[in-house]
This record gives sequence, C-alpha cells and structure tokens, in this order.
Amino acid sequence: MILAAVFYLFAFILLLSGFLVITARNPVHSVLFLILAFFNAAGLFVLLGAEFIAMILVIVYVGAVAVLFLFVVMMLDIDFAHLRKGAMQYVPLGLLVGVILLTELVISVSAWQFNSLSQQNLAVPEIGLNAATNTQALGAVLYTQYVYAFQLAGLILLVAMIGAIVLTHRVRPGVRKQSIESQNARRPEEAMEILKVQSGAGIS
Amino acid sequence: MSEFGFLDFNLVPLLPEVFLALSAMGFLLIGVSFGDEARRVIPWYALLALLMTGVLVSQVSFDDAIVLGGMFKADAYSGFVKLLIIGGVMATLGLSMRYLEQEHIDQMEFYVLVLLASVGMMFMVSAVNLLSLYMALELQSLSLYVLAAFNRQSPRAAEAGVKYFALGGLASGMMLFGISLIYGFTGSLDFGTLTASMMVMQPVPFAVIFGLVFLLAGLAFKLSAAPFHMWTPDVYEGAPTAVTALFAMVPKLAALALLMRILFEPFAYLVPQWEQIIIFLAVMSMIVGAFGAIAQSNIKRLIAYSSIGHIGYALIGVAAASEGGINAVLLHMLIYMAMTAGTFAVIMAMRRGGRSVERIDDLAGLSRSQPILAYALGILMFSMAGVPPFAGFFGKLMIFQAAIGAELYALAIFGVVASVVAAYYYLRIVKVMFFDEAVLMLDLNVLSGPQRFILACSVAFVLFFILSPSAFIDSTQLAAAALFPGR
Repeated sequence: MILAAVFYLFAFILLLSGFLVITARNPVHSVLFLILAFFNAAGLFVLLGAEFIAMILVIVYVGAVAVLFLFVVMMLDIDFAHLRKGAMQYVPLGLLVGVILLTELVISVSAWQFNSLSQQNLAVPEIGLNAATNTQALGAVLYTQYVYAFQLAGLILLVAMIGAIVLTHRVRPGVRKQSIESQNARRPEEAMEILKVQSGAGIS
Repeated sequence: MSEFGFLDFNLVPLLPEVFLALSAMGFLLIGVSFGDEARRVIPWYALLALLMTGVLVSQVSFDDAIVLGGMFKADAYSGFVKLLIIGGVMATLGLSMRYLEQEHIDQMEFYVLVLLASVGMMFMVSAVNLLSLYMALELQSLSLYVLAAFNRQSPRAAEAGVKYFALGGLASGMMLFGISLIYGFTGSLDFGTLTASMMVMQPVPFAVIFGLVFLLAGLAFKLSAAPFHMWTPDVYEGAPTAVTALFAMVPKLAALALLMRILFEPFAYLVPQWEQIIIFLAVMSMIVGAFGAIAQSNIKRLIAYSSIGHIGYALIGVAAASEGGINAVLLHMLIYMAMTAGTFAVIMAMRRGGRSVERIDDLAGLSRSQPILAYALGILMFSMAGVPPFAGFFGKLMIFQAAIGAELYALAIFGVVASVVAAYYYLRIVKVMFFDEAVLMLDLNVLSGPQRFILACSVAFVLFFILSPSAFIDSTQLAAAALFPGR
C-alpha cells in the first residue's frame, strides 16, 4: 500500500517535471526540472531494488551531465525564444515517432522470450549473484570474473587521456605560473630591503 | 578464490602483454618527468621493451591455456601472430625515429601510443570472448585514431584523424550490434559456449547469421576490405608517413588473425553461411585494389589501394576454410609486411629541400641519382606484383593453391587476373624510376642507420626467401594447425 503510494508519487512528479522540462520558458528552469526528473527516476529504481542504477543515475546524470547543461545554458548566449519559434509544426512528427517507439516497446516486452538454448547458456551459475545487494554482486563479478575486461577498460581510458592531451595541449612560452614552493620558500631577508631614509633626501 | 568459483586466475600467459603495457606506462612517466632529455632515449627503450616482449612471447608455453574468466587464450596461433605484430611494430619504430625528427613531431607520446596499440593488437589475437575481443579492438583503434592525427600542424592529418575516428566509431557500432544479436540468441559471449551452441542449434536462427554479418562488416572495416575501404586512401595520405607505415603493416594482420579465429572457432559450423560473405569481400577488394590504384599520383594512396588488394588475396585464403588456407594467409601477411617495411623506407627517403614529397613522379630519375634505392624499390615492386623469384610470388601462390584445394576455381582465376592488372601500377613505379627524366632531384642521404637496416633486411628477405621458404612455412603451418585442433 505504502509502496504503491510512493511509486505513484515518484511517477507523478517524474512525468510532471518531464513535461515542465519542455514547456518551461526559462532554460535554467528546464535544467532544474530535468534534475528533479532524474531524482524521481532514481527513486523509482530504488523501489525496483536496483539501487546501483539509482546511484549511477544521480552521480552521473545529476552530478555531471545536468550540471554541464546548466553551465552551457548559462554561459552561452542563446535566444531560446527564437529557437522555439515554429517548433509546433513538428508536433505531429514527434507524436508519430513516440507512438511507433511505444508500440515497439509494448510488442517486444509482451512477446519476448528466450529460446531454450540461450536460457540454458544463461543458466550457468554466475558467481556472486546471491550477494545481498546488487552493488555487492556487481563488485563480486567485476573484480573477479571480469577483471580482464575491467583492466582493459582502464587501459582504454588511459589512451583516451593521453590522446586528448597530445592533440590539444600546447606549451605556451612566457606564461607565469604560480609556484607555491618558491613562494613559501621566500624569506623576508631576500624579499625585502629595509632602508633608512633620511627625511628630505629621497632614494636614488 | 574458490569461494567465487574463480579458478583460472593465472597471469602467466599474459606476461608479454602485461610487461609491454607496464613499460608503456613507465615510458609515459619517464617522458613526463624528464621532458626533452627523455625524447632521445625513449625510442630505444621502446625497441628494447618490444624485443623483450618478443622473447617473453616465445618463452611462454602455448599450452592452450584459457585464463581470466575465459577471456584470454595463449596458443601457438596467437603466439606466432604476436611475434609478427612485435616485428612489424619494431620495424615501424625503426623507420619512424628519423622521420619524426624531420617533421618536428618527435614527442614521446608517439611511442607510448604505439606500444599501447600493440598491446591492444596482442590482446585481440588472444581474445576468445566477444567482450574481450571488443575491448581489445577498441584499445587498438583508439590509439590509432590519435596517431593518425598526431601531426597537429597539418590540417590533412587532422582530417585523416577525424575521418578515421568517425568511420571507425560507426564500424564499432555495427560490430556491437552484431555481437548483441549473437548474444541475444545464444545467451553467451564465450567462444567455447558459442561453438557448442552452434553445433546444437540446427538450423541456426536467422538473427545469429544477421549478427555475424554485422560483426564481419565491422571487422572488414578494420581490415579495409572493400566495400568498407573508403577511409583507407585518405587516412594513408593524411597521416604522418611513420603512422601510415604502421597502419599498412600491423593492425590489418591483427584484425585478420582475429577474423580467422572468429570464423574457425565459434562459427566453424556456419562455413556455408559466411563463406559467401568472405568471397564477396575478397572479390570486391581485389577489384578496388587493382583498378583504384591505376589513377593515383600519390604514392601513399597507391600503397593504400595496394593494401586493399592484398587483403583481397588474403581473404581468398580465409574463404578456402582449410588449414592450408590459414597457413597461406599467415605466410602472405608475413611477406606483405616485410615488403611494406622496405617500401616505406624508400617513401621516407623521398624528400626534396628538406621537405617530404609524395608524388610518384618525384621518383623520376632515381636510378641515376640514387641507384641503390631505385633497385631496392624496383625489387620490392616486382615482389608486390608477384613476379616469380621474389617472395611476393610465393604468398600468392600458396593462397591460390589453397583456393584450388577448396575447389574455389573461379575465385582463384579472378585472383590471378586481379594480380595481373595490379602489376601494371607496380611496374609503372619501376618505369618512372628507371626511364623518366628527372626535373628536380631528390635529396641524397636522407635515410638514417635504422631505416637503411630495415630496407636492407626487407630487400634481403624478398630476394632470398626462395632459398629456404620452409623456414617460414614451417612456423606458419604450426600456427595454422593450432586453429584446427583435431580436424
């Protein structure tokens, strides 16, 4: 009963905020509603018992993607009112695409079944699946059975990092960088000179 | 360990790859810490690391161990291909050092990326799981995308990099789609389980064959087999010559080895289904390779078309679907690699006024100004065309023999005709060098010691292969036999 109530609460706010994302006049409000939508979707995942996906949703989409959107919206000077002009003419097309997608989803979900062989192949007991939470279960296979793929992913990210630096970094001569060590190592004796100035004589 | 049911955690078969990956990371650290001082030593360190990796590969026992959750297999086949990969990468590095200095792009990241790409390629040939296959392929591809755009001063290199990246991403997407279909209908990514499933499932669901087609399309892109070759001439032309040399020699061998493992391990029971696809790719590649090159005036584009054609010949051997076919493909690729190394040494010698030139006409009069270079390139071109006493002939001969053994007569005849057409443009280079009058001379004494050494080795290999072909054929036979256990 409470579960159902919570589900309807999350689902209602999710749909409402999703609707507001595309109707809000102010783009900053749109992004904020998007964040609200992500949080509610995460809540739905928690209800399903998929707490790992919920965490990823909040960390990746709210923490990185939505914040990036917010930056872009605030930094770029885009005339959204102008962009939105004439958007209504695409509504029929959008509705058509939406209906097709919905039918496809309904058909595939209702008619989907594994063939006997893949069921048999999938039935091979995966290690760690009896763990308490699915985060634990993922961890148990990620660092044992799939450690090879995990390490390869690490190497791929290293290559991506090297590539990004090689292709974009340029050494600019004459840039003055802050050097905290040399700042801290400076003593008053070498930085200051105390002169006794006789009044009226000035400093040459 | 047994608590997780995880018993095959054994890093010994991976020792060469782990060593190479760690040395690449070490060089990165050295390069970042010491800056310019490290630039001169890192190429030599990289060569040394590759040499030691080669020693490790030959020392690790090929007991067909499948380790790390069924992801990695070290057998005689992967061992042989890995040695070839290491040899090709070493030749590339030997060719690159002086060239990178001349073009002012001698950054240490080049060597790190080349080493990481080699790690990716070595993982590719050992992959026995669709997941590890994809990860290894991406490691290799990502490094190569960056290398293609490595010369930041050149807009053409940037164009090559972007083109390669965009099309490569598309090919990866197609491959993933194919893999997901195969997984969806068999419930497994593991080659062993897939083999068993294919044997049980008769008839094989249409969607699995559909998935296999997409998987092959993605791999054909990496092989630059027509009709997935469009990127090749542009990328070869735009990328720095050192990188083009790498592209021409090594990644194709790795992709071909991977292709053969996929076709002869999990999909060995689907030969009638995939054979037509491979024959189509082979015929298209030979047509494009033979006729596309005729109108080219840039020597790097010409080599690109030539490599498409050579992949076409190699695919004939794959289509033969026999141990002899694999043997022929491995030998053909070995010989092609050796010839390409020498050819690129000559291309790197093509400089005028300190700048590199790439038109075929620039070679005019080379026989008078630098006769040794002209004769070397002449021999290599005759060998590429498949003229008898040279090595290139034997690679093609074995391929056609395998095709005839598999009763693919039409394909074999087509291959012979295509290689006759291709001979025209190889011989055109010889004609330009020996019979055309030079308008402007090329610079003399451009090549460095390592480049001369590689050219000499390449020409010697091509010339003297006929004296003892069995030295090489024995090892390719051993490798090919490993892919056909008990069949």
